Amino acid sequence: MINKTVSGVQEACQGIKDKMTFMLGGFGLSGIPENSIAELVRLNVMDVTCISNNAGVDNFGLGQLLQKKQIKKMISSYVGENAEFERQMLSGELEVELIPQGTLAQRCQAAQSGIPAFYTPAGYGTEVAEGKESREYHGKMHILEKAFEADFAFVKAWKGDVAGNLVFKGSARNFNPNMCGAAKITVAEVEELLPVGVLDPNQIHIPGIFVQRIFQGEKYEKRIEQLTVRKRV
Amino acid sequence: MALTKEQIAQRIAKEVKDGYYVNLGIGIPTLVANFVREDIDIDFQSENGVLGMGPFPFEGEEDPDLINAGKQTITTLPGASFFDSAMSFSMIRGQHVDLTILGAMEVSQNGDIANWKIPGKMVKGMGGAMDLVASAENIIVAMMHTNRAGESKLLKECSLPLTGVNCVKKIVSNLAVLEIVNGSFKLLERAPGVSVDEIKEATEGNLIIEGDIPEMQL
Repeated sequence: MINKTVSGVQEACQGIKDKMTFMLGGFGLSGIPENSIAELVRLNVMDVTCISNNAGVDNFGLGQLLQKKQIKKMISSYVGENAEFERQMLSGELEVELIPQGTLAQRCQAAQSGIPAFYTPAGYGTEVAEGKESREYHGKMHILEKAFEADFAFVKAWKGDVAGNLVFKGSARNFNPNMCGAAKITVAEVEELLPVGVLDPNQIHIPGIFVQRIFQGEKYEKRIEQLTVRKRV
Repeated sequence: MALTKEQIAQRIAKEVKDGYYVNLGIGIPTLVANFVREDIDIDFQSENGVLGMGPFPFEGEEDPDLINAGKQTITTLPGASFFDSAMSFSMIRGQHVDLTILGAMEVSQNGDIANWKIPGKMVKGMGGAMDLVASAENIIVAMMHTNRAGESKLLKECSLPLTGVNCVKKIVSNLAVLEIVNGSFKLLERAPGVSVDEIKEATEGNLIIEGDIPEMQL
């Protein structure tokens, strides 16, 4: 067994420098690597590029990095749930690349899988296709999209073991598995870190080979973005 | 009378067939779930990684690890499954999802759709809409026939940045049900009490009218 455990978030973030490119899992505020984000804020790393489906809200998630103007560029599919993001985008301080959500997921997956580029129909005939090669397959036009290149991937899982095996919960899975092994170093934070042999090998979502560093997060706030409920009758 | 948003959803619900996997966009499409017949078996797919989505949770039972693509707390139904984002879009791009229902700002007579960006205004992004419209074989658009200024949103050509080209098959608006056929809007049904002339007036693109146009049954 190869032990991937680090002492905590500080050791997990060793080697992080200004101007790096990070992948961060999560959809909205669900399944985001809360502890790693807090450490990036504390480290005050500047001019970073973040690949993440969304950009958090004003005082939570990636919104915390935006408040401190640490992000130079965001690569996302849906943003603008926070006022500071909007302000920085409109003033030109923040560069934003909006890409289709499935393309975002597949560009992570391609990086994980060693596939340098792929054709997808998403975005053909739109401004997303500008400057990209296009080609017809099966009578339909597709555009060429490239795998991401990133320095660190920060993912969050429900449970993990010291070998780096991961299990996700509910829709908090989202982009996290696709980002594992898609950057030079993958940092996984988990709610519960277990010894090896506890997780059933049949139930593991991401094998430890895709993870370099794993730690148990100190706390999880797990904020809900849109609370919707129904009344009991 | 023009349809309300709920009535648009109610009419679209009639297009949902037994055995369909369905992806609902945000806005009017979300309301469709409230009107689907209870005697058919369908599954709702949410592109953030849920198949078999159920209703909102009871108060106090919400789970931050269980949301839909609109980031709302949800529940799952028996037989549901969770998966990652790449697999979710394998379902969508791979045409395993049978029906996609989404909103639009503009649709053109050749089936182009614009629904993600208004130049000069804050752009939030396309989310999964470009992947959905590029691949889905069966796309129904839920929209208002005209904008607030009374201008047609069913056009010869879209004026806003496109989400996808040649992809819309059917439109249910507050005035009519229309199909895209050979580069024109073919009028299929009228909203109750709405005349063919009113629909003509509200449609800038080519409109095909053949024979008597029946009123919608809700």
